[in-house]
Order: sequence, then C-alpha cells, then structure tokens
Amino acid sequence: MTDDLYRLTIGELGVLLKNKEATSKDILNSYIKRIKEADPKVSAYLYNDFEEAERNAEAADKIIASGGGFSPLTGIPLSIKDIFLIKGKKTTCASKILDNFISPYDSTVVRKLKENNYVFLGKTNLDEFAMGSSTENSAYKTTRNPYDLNRVPGGSSGGSAASVSADLCAGSFGTDTGGSVRQPAALCGVVGLKPTYGLISRYGIIAFSSSLDQAGVLSKDVTDAAIMLGAVAGFDEKDQTTRRFEVKDYAGIVKKADKSLMKGLRVGIPVEFFSEGLDPEIGSKISEIKALLKELGAYIVDISLPDTKYSVADYYIIATSEASSNLERYDGIRYGYRYKEEDGNGMQNLDGLYRKSREAGFGNEVKRRIILGTFALSAGYYDAYYKKASLVRKLIIKNYKDAFGKVDVIIGPTSPTPAFLIGEKTADPLSMYLSDIYTISVNLAYLPGLSMPVGTVKNPSKQGGVLPVGLQVISPWATEDRLLSFAKIIEDEVKFRENAGFRKLDI
Amino acid sequence: MNNNDSFEAVIGLEVHSQLLTKTKMFCSCPNIFGMEPNTAVCPVCLALPGALPVINFEGVKLAVKAALALNIGVNRKSLFARKNYFYPDLPKGYQISQYLDPVSSNGYLNIETDRGEKKIRINRLHIEEDAGKLIHIGNQSYVDLNRAGTPLVEIVSEPDINTASEAAAYLKALREILVYLGVSDGNMEEGSFRCDANVSVRRKGDPQLGTRAEVKNVNSFKFVEKAIEYEIERQIDVVLSGGKVIQETRLYDSKENITRSMRGKEEAHDYRYFEEPDLPPLILSEEFISEVKNSLTELPGVKRGRYVSEYKLTEYDAEVLTQDKDIAHYFEVLIKENGGRVEIKKLANWIINELLSELKAREGEGRSLIKAGDFLELITAVESGSINRNTGKIVLAEMLSSGKKAGEVIKEKNLAQVSDDKGIEEIIKQAIDENRKEFADLIGGKDKLFGFFVGEAMKKTKGKANPKKVNEILQKNIENYKSGRS
Ligand SMILES: [Zn+2]
Repeated sequence: MTDDLYRLTIGELGVLLKNKEATSKDILNSYIKRIKEADPKVSAYLYNDFEEAERNAEAADKIIASGGGFSPLTGIPLSIKDIFLIKGKKTTCASKILDNFISPYDSTVVRKLKENNYVFLGKTNLDEFAMGSSTENSAYKTTRNPYDLNRVPGGSSGGSAASVSADLCAGSFGTDTGGSVRQPAALCGVVGLKPTYGLISRYGIIAFSSSLDQAGVLSKDVTDAAIMLGAVAGFDEKDQTTRRFEVKDYAGIVKKADKSLMKGLRVGIPVEFFSEGLDPEIGSKISEIKALLKELGAYIVDISLPDTKYSVADYYIIATSEASSNLERYDGIRYGYRYKEEDGNGMQNLDGLYRKSREAGFGNEVKRRIILGTFALSAGYYDAYYKKASLVRKLIIKNYKDAFGKVDVIIGPTSPTPAFLIGEKTADPLSMYLSDIYTISVNLAYLPGLSMPVGTVKNPSKQGGVLPVGLQVISPWATEDRLLSFAKIIEDEVKFRENAGFRKLDI
Repeated sequence: MNNNDSFEAVIGLEVHSQLLTKTKMFCSCPNIFGMEPNTAVCPVCLALPGALPVINFEGVKLAVKAALALNIGVNRKSLFARKNYFYPDLPKGYQISQYLDPVSSNGYLNIETDRGEKKIRINRLHIEEDAGKLIHIGNQSYVDLNRAGTPLVEIVSEPDINTASEAAAYLKALREILVYLGVSDGNMEEGSFRCDANVSVRRKGDPQLGTRAEVKNVNSFKFVEKAIEYEIERQIDVVLSGGKVIQETRLYDSKENITRSMRGKEEAHDYRYFEEPDLPPLILSEEFISEVKNSLTELPGVKRGRYVSEYKLTEYDAEVLTQDKDIAHYFEVLIKENGGRVEIKKLANWIINELLSELKAREGEGRSLIKAGDFLELITAVESGSINRNTGKIVLAEMLSSGKKAGEVIKEKNLAQVSDDKGIEEIIKQAIDENRKEFADLIGGKDKLFGFFVGEAMKKTKGKANPKKVNEILQKNIENYKSGRS
C-alpha cells in the first residue's frame, strides 16, 4: 500500500475505499505518520486523539466491509477546529478560561459527522474565541504557515487551514465570523467555504458573534468542499437561526460543472475590492482570473458596493457587542477556569471572583473586544454605535442585493496581502483587523463566500519560496450550488494542486 | 394610612408570573417545582458553551392567552432581547426577555374600588425567563439552576393606581384571571406570582409626578397593601419634613413592616439590552391568535354577572360557584342536562351545600367528580321524595367514594324511603301499640309527644320514612282516635 495516501483528496480516498484498494486504517496510518513528521513544525493541532481515530477507522472499515451505510465521509480522517463541542473531548476555544473543559454533548456538526462515520484526528488551533486573523491569539501555541514557517497561517481557523495545507488531515471544519475560514484558506493555499448564514447549525459551536458566526469547511479542492458541506448542512431544531433551505447534492452538482456554464455568466468586480492597501501582485493575479473568465465566455461587469467601505467598522461594533454578551457565561461559577485564592490576592467577594477569573482566563484581544462591545451597547452610546451599526448592516445587505440584480457572482481578492510574518501585526490591532477587509461584508450580508487558491506570489523573505493567493467568490443568498460549480470550473483551469511550482511547502 | 389629605399617591405595579408550561421557556427541561437541586437542567439552561435557546410555543400560547384576557393588544411581530448582568443564579450572564416590541402592549383591567369600578391601564405584557436560586448555608452559597429558564410573563401597569387597597384589588383581579385561565398557579408565597411596586406621592392637583421608589420583596397579598401604605406614608413624611424622595429600590421587611433602601450600587445597573441574535423575531399568525382566542374561557367576573342575571342566583352563590373554573363548568353541565326539571336555584344549592362540603372533606385525595347525570339522578330522587335529604347526603358520599350510581347505592343499602301510606300506617300503629301511655298523654294534650312518635316511626324505618307522610298519617290517627273511630 502506498505510503502517501495523506496527499489525496476526500474524493480520491473515497474511490479507494469503495473499491477496497485501501482501508480507513491504511489511510489513518498514513496521516498519523505525516502528523508525527510534520506537525511539530506546523503546530496545527492543539491535540490529537489517535486512539479515538483508530476506533473510528475500525468502525468505518467494518461498515465498508459489510457494504452498507457508506457515505463520502465514511472512514475519512478529518480535523476539527477547537470551537466545536465533541462529547467527552476537551474543547478550549484556545482560551485559558476553558482549560480542561470536557464537553458533555456533541455539536450538531459533529453529530452529523459521526453519523457519517468519519475519523476524528484531533482539534486544531485557533485565535482565542475565534478572535483574530493570524492564530497568534491562541493561549496555547503559534501555528505556522506550511509555505513559510516564519509566517502566519491566517486566522482564526489557522490551525484548520494549516492542517489541510500540510496534508495533516483530509479536510477540516472551521468557523467564519468575518473571514475566519476564507482568509486562512487563502494564506495557506486551500479551499475555504463559508456558506449562507443559517445553512449549517451553530448548535454546539462556541459563540463569538451569533449573527455572524457560521461553520465552514477547509478542503484540498472544491469537490471536497461540496462533499463536506453536504454532510453537515440543513435545518436543526436546536438552532432557530437555521433555515429550511433545500440541501442540494452539492458534490453531484459540482461533478457536472462544465466550462460551458461560463458562457454568458455575469461576473461582478467590485471597485471597492481593488482600492489602496491591496498588494499589487495579488491584484494582478486576480486580473489573470478575469482574463481567464473572459476567455471562457463570461461577461466581466464592474460594479460598486459603496457601503462596504464601512464594513470593518460596522463589523467591529456588531461582533464585539454580541461577543461581550456571549462571553458573559465564562464567569468561573459552573465550569472552566476559576481563580483560586492561592493563585494570588484580591478575591474577597463575588465581584472579586468574577474579575480575577476573567482577568486571568481571557487573553488581551478577547478583553479588548469585550471592552469595545460593552462600550458600544452601554446606555448613552447604544444609539451612536450598536443601533447605527445595525442600520449600516442593512445598507450593506442592500448593496449586495442591488449588485446581484446585475451579476450572477462576484469575485475579488480574499485577502489584501499574502501571509505575513509572525509578530508583524500583533502590535497593531487595526492593521490586523484590515486583513479581513474583503471578507467581512459577506458575513454582514449573510451570504455564501468561498476562497480558492489561484496561484502564488514570490515570498520576499525566502529565496525561491512562494506564497499562495486566494480568489474570493461570492454568490447570492443560498446559492452554494452556483458558487461551488463556478469555483470548480476555475479550479479545473488553474490546476493549483497539480502544479509543483505552486505547491512548494516549507516542510 | 394615607392620613394626609393634601397628598395623593401614584402607583404602578410590575407583576411577574410564572407560566404553567410543561417545559422551560427555551429548552426542554421540565418546569416543575421541588426537584432535587440541579436535576432539571441541560446544556441550554446551564449555559454551556455552544448551547442555543429554542422558543417554547406552549409558553407563547399562555402569554397570548393572558394578554387577550387582559384586553392587551397582541403584536404580530415581537422581539426577544438580552438583559445583561452578572449574578451566579443567571448562568448565561444575560436574561432572555423582551424590551422593544414586546409580545403584547396597551391594555386594561377593571377593578372594584370603594368608589365603584376603575379602569387600570396596562402598558405591556412580555415573555422572559426566570433565574435560578441561590441557597445560603453558613458562609457558603450554592446555586440551584432548576428554576433557571422557566417561563415568566411580566405585566406592567400604568401608574393609574392611587391607594394601597386599589393596588391589592388590581393584584387580586389579575391573579384571579391568570389562575382561572390556567396560565399561572398564582402562588405568591412560593414566588410563582411576584410583584414590585413603583410608588410616588405628589400634592393633589400637582400635574408633575413625584420621584418614585421601587418596592421589592413583597411576597403576599397582605404585605402588598402594608408595604405600599408604609411607603406612601414614608414619602409624605420625607416631603413634609422638607426632604426629597430619591429614586431607589427599597426592600420590604414584613417583620418590622417597613421598607429599607437597598445599597446604591445595585442602582447603577446598565443592562445593555440588545436584540437576542440567537432567536428570530417572534411572528404570530392570525390562526395562532384566533386559536388561542377560541380556547379562552369566560372570565370569572363576567360569569358571575351572568349567573346573577340569567340564573337569578344571589351574588354570594354566584361568587362561590365561579371561584373554581371546574365547578362552574360542572354547574353549567348540570343545568344543561337537567333541562328545566329541577329549579336552577336548587341545583346551585346542591353544589354549594352538599357537593362542595363533601369535596372539601376529601381534599388531598385527588378530586374526581361524579357524572353530572348521576348527580341529577340523586337530586331528582330527593326532590321527588323517594329518599329524604339526609339519606341523599349519605348516598352522595357513597357515590363520590365508590363511583356508583345513586340508584345502585339506594338499592344496595336499602335506603329507599318508605312513603307508601300503607307501610307508614302500619308502623305508626305499631308505635302506638307499644307506647299506649304516651299516646294517651298525646291525645290528652301533651303536644310535644307528637315528635316522640315521629321519632319512633323513623327509628323503625331506619330513617327511610318520608317525614312528611309520617306527620300526615300520625295526625290522621290522632284525629280518628279523637273522633272515636279507632
Ligand atoms: Zn434545560
């Protein structure tokens, strides 16, 4: 049996399993070897659970042998961002305040993955409470970009993106509140899909900003993204913000995607996504894609999303307001970290317990956002901040609605820059916040968005090294089928994975 | 006593009432009182990471029911909001409530006062969840979250109440309606029906409202009146002595019958209300509202009026019959099945004098009423004279215990009244034979011996003889004797 099964996609592994050319155990062993080799350099995982993985693989192999209940994720080893609850497993959200928190229940996403008999490889690193764009805000470790170990993988799903990019899993589940799946996917050269708000249940996903959070998938290619989405999408009676959308056979639809679909398709290019701050090399990569699309028969339409210039400011009011409330439950009373008297002085009463537990339990970025959000909601400021932000959000929604009256999909860069150096932006939160300038408005408008690798730029700090560039594709509400098909056609043309010049990992 | 006539009080009441749902407002844990601490809990009401609320429509239904009964407009679209504050009995760090756009707004409730009926306007009724409970033992505090997330409605009156007794009348009327509809158990002592009073005073004729104090911790009807009376007097004293009433929260101390200021720190709350992003807006369809409307029972006040005007009952009887919704319903079924044979007034008496006292004696055994048709059979048996009233009571008791029909009991226990003339004639003759001397005395003018012979006849029939007949036949015997025919 070939040793580098870990390089394959979920789609490819599925064929091997189905044809009994490999067992889930074979695939798992290949991943375990790869993880032991490469993860010490990348630090994508917070922890692995190979015993659990072996049990899962054995169970999957039995099912496959019996010939029943086979799904595209059966026997496939996946990593999970440490923001999803898994019964009996540690879930920290990369925060000290949830150190040693063992979840007593399964998130809906994980419940569905278990029903598909997936193989659980381990939990991946993230920015604490998903707050960040580099994974440097993790309380536990710094994850590195597989293309350059001195650079960040992006965030907050940086561990997930790095684990897919470095072939430390077949695919990974992350979450995207303002770009947390798409931006790290772009920086690590993988596919990242954030579906329409309400398509995947949030039940059992630790909340950062309830009206913006959405689970997403990070995968080696577009077909895998479609497979993974299909396995977890759908209405959940435990999450009243999920919708009764029709869950389509995304993988089947993607399989049929043909370049002829591009003929006459209207592709919007928002002028606001090519403003100052965009790395010119990334700009020219996106222009190449524009040319490619024209060649395939698509119409390129210049459009404007005038109010998206407010999206970063808008996002940091709405997201921090909701976060300030969502994080109130971490009070040291029922679970998680509680400040102990012997750890120091100052806990004479209940207020002291709250203050000390939260002071020691939360990291700086989380505290900064709790303070921002508390301010934005407080009496006397509510109208000027939270209320106004809600109105601006409506304008942004309308911008997109108007745009989708003229075009079928919108494209642009995912991130204004390629992966930056570790430590480069940690002292300047504002410049860090701008990493998500092109992704944030998609969350504000509840729309589906996808990032896919479309090439590389030279790595200025590493001789002969390259850094991936992500193309962002945005489609109308609940049109994941269109989004994925469009991306698949581009993928077939660009052939990112097959191109040795693109895939130059630093491992 | 509001003894200073130049002042008037302005009072608004905020009532919190638990809803009698099977499960909590936002999760499927049971809504039961008295379980072992922290056994009626789940990830949602424990506020575990990742847990999300789900609206309980049974709770919405009860809230809408209350709103319709209180003449409050039901809003087709309302919003849930978060009220943020830290306390160990509040696991999420916020309470899910309604702030802007409550489920129901603008209504009124009529109350009886010394000066006649008065309309108290109701500002709003909204849905929210309750907090858990803290239990203090020694210098340790424990948290019980069984109550966390149980459904409440908050009903806020306009400041239309002017005296402590009006406040009590309002509360009583409100409670009566909620209990009658099955929305609440109305238990103030157990805290399932709670009231905070906003009290201010002003000189009569002053258009400006005075500064109000909020009186909390009032946990019985008796105390509501006392607490408000005390607070009015206190505020008048403050004003009269040249001071200023300050806006604050005051706790009522029932032992000393005073209100005490809470520490100022509690006042500084900024609840940072905002729309609950985990829940969609609550949209109520016309069908839903009309379904609830159709399920509304006639309210006690309206029913009472109808009993007096339609059935010609006294105010007192109407009051007794309408106190319990089930009894009122039973009474109405009885009237319907009776179809005019027995007077309605008599049916009412049977319930009030006989049935209710039997039920009272059986309290705690779990009430089960006999079928209206069976009860009518018994009533008819007594009213037609086939058994006497005392026997009727015994039969009723037996029917309630065994579930048997009146006829069966009468037959089994051989309780049928002896009312045929021949049978009674014979018994009286026997009594006379056995007591010749007493009979001679009776004839001789000792009238009180008449009772003695009635008693003897009843004894011989074990009480089954129709007393009216016994009287008649005994009288006939005396007359016959006197006229020498016997
Ligand atoms: Zn619960």
